[in-house]
Amino acid sequence: MDERPSARRSRARLRRAARDVVQPTLFFVLLLVVWELAVRIFAIPVYLLPAPTVIWTDTTRIAAAVGGHALATLQTIVMGFLLSIAVSLPLAILITYSRLFANAVYPLLVVTQSIPKVALAPILVVALGPNEMPRVVVTFLVAFFPLVIAIAAGLISVPPDLLELGRSYKATRFQELLRIRLPYAVPFVFSGLKVAITLSVVGAVVGEFVAANRGLGYLITSSTAFFKTPVAFGAMILLSIMGIVLFQALVIVERVCFPWSATAGEANPSP
Amino acid sequence: MIELRHVEQVFRPLDGDEVVAVRDVSLTVERDEFVALVGPSGCGKSTLLRLVAGLLRPTAGEVLIDGTPVREPRQDTGIVFQNPTLLPWASVTDNVLFPLKLMRQVRPDSIATVHALLKLVGLAGFEHRYPRELSGGMQQRAAICRALIHDPDILLMDEPFGALDALTREEMSLELLRIWTAQPKTIVFVTHSIPEAVLLADRVVVMSPRPGRIVEEIAVPLPRPRTFDLEGLREFQECAQHIRRLIFGRATVGAA
Repeated sequence: MDERPSARRSRARLRRAARDVVQPTLFFVLLLVVWELAVRIFAIPVYLLPAPTVIWTDTTRIAAAVGGHALATLQTIVMGFLLSIAVSLPLAILITYSRLFANAVYPLLVVTQSIPKVALAPILVVALGPNEMPRVVVTFLVAFFPLVIAIAAGLISVPPDLLELGRSYKATRFQELLRIRLPYAVPFVFSGLKVAITLSVVGAVVGEFVAANRGLGYLITSSTAFFKTPVAFGAMILLSIMGIVLFQALVIVERVCFPWSATAGEANPSP
Repeated sequence: MIELRHVEQVFRPLDGDEVVAVRDVSLTVERDEFVALVGPSGCGKSTLLRLVAGLLRPTAGEVLIDGTPVREPRQDTGIVFQNPTLLPWASVTDNVLFPLKLMRQVRPDSIATVHALLKLVGLAGFEHRYPRELSGGMQQRAAICRALIHDPDILLMDEPFGALDALTREEMSLELLRIWTAQPKTIVFVTHSIPEAVLLADRVVVMSPRPGRIVEEIAVPLPRPRTFDLEGLREFQECAQHIRRLIFGRATVGAA
């Protein structure tokens, strides 16, 4: 009686996981086939739109170099992403707990969002020097805002009942944060993280477009400069794969570490 | 044990006029007495409970427990809200332990206490389940365990069975009486169900709204232990009828 429903549940979970992986993959493959056929049938020049097979051969020919570029970009993405978390979490907590801070900082946050990051990047290079820093900072600037908003929304939307429960057992403000607000915010944090990781990929590439001598963004600008379009496409595809893998990694972390959060997320869909 | 002296509670919302939730309420509750607060919505029952809990400070008057004014939530008070308000991320055991964790009173034998309490309310075997896996009644049982975990001498219940279906509600009432017999406590029980109040309480305090005040205190003339069989008794009917008249009679006067 107790065994069967749980077995059925885990089988359903497996089926759902399979569906989550299989459906997007199938669609991706289908897209590739249509693309390949279209390029061959209409004889599209390679510098305009290369066929997937050409992209594959041209990119794998310089696999080692591409791998190096990919690693460099991954490093920028992860560093920018981690920096976003490190800044967003305390910022969101301060916004939640201090009206003064919220009033003072919120407009500033909105201003940072209205600045085009591509315009900011060259200035950051001058300020921070031609190294990894400006790229990480651009990545951070692109990614952190939705994360702050998501975490703050989670911390604020704790039901008053739960806060009253805490107060009735003499919870300190720190206990309230640690034991009630933060756990409650976990599903919100994860939907913020999922947006942030996707934006981190964008931010890293923007940074590399402006100032870099390695990375997939750099590979795209340098290869298109010589009309090596297939390599640019290869880099682009690699970037999107990277984005998908990082996103799915977060989904898995959430399911494994916070199973209650993952089901809560299904009830109210997250981006 | 609990003493309210001319208590008044005024709320001043940021936008709008002030609301007098409770005016000139005086009430004494003896140790291990079971008192029910009954009245229509808006009569300040919940406000009164929150005053006793120390979650609110009275605008005027005094709330005393054992002669000491209540200025903040007190360790030896347990509260059950209308909603179970369980932590969705914590197992049943961790939810019941929550007050001890907040008050840093978890001891090696606390887990055993949790299991004994869960057994008392019929939740044995659900120690490691999560709130989402429990029915509404089971969640409220867990919430009752949580209110009892630090063995408080006062238990405050704010329409604890209000969100449950009628059958579960009756079952839970009897269960509460059983728990109260096993572990005597001073209970203040807010409800808007008259039969529930009569069945459970030693004394029913009838309140009227706008502003909330006490209309009458009625000693329930029924023997213990109580069961739903008593509902057929003339004393039960008369008592319930009397309370009903107090509430609806007033309501008609207020409307005129």
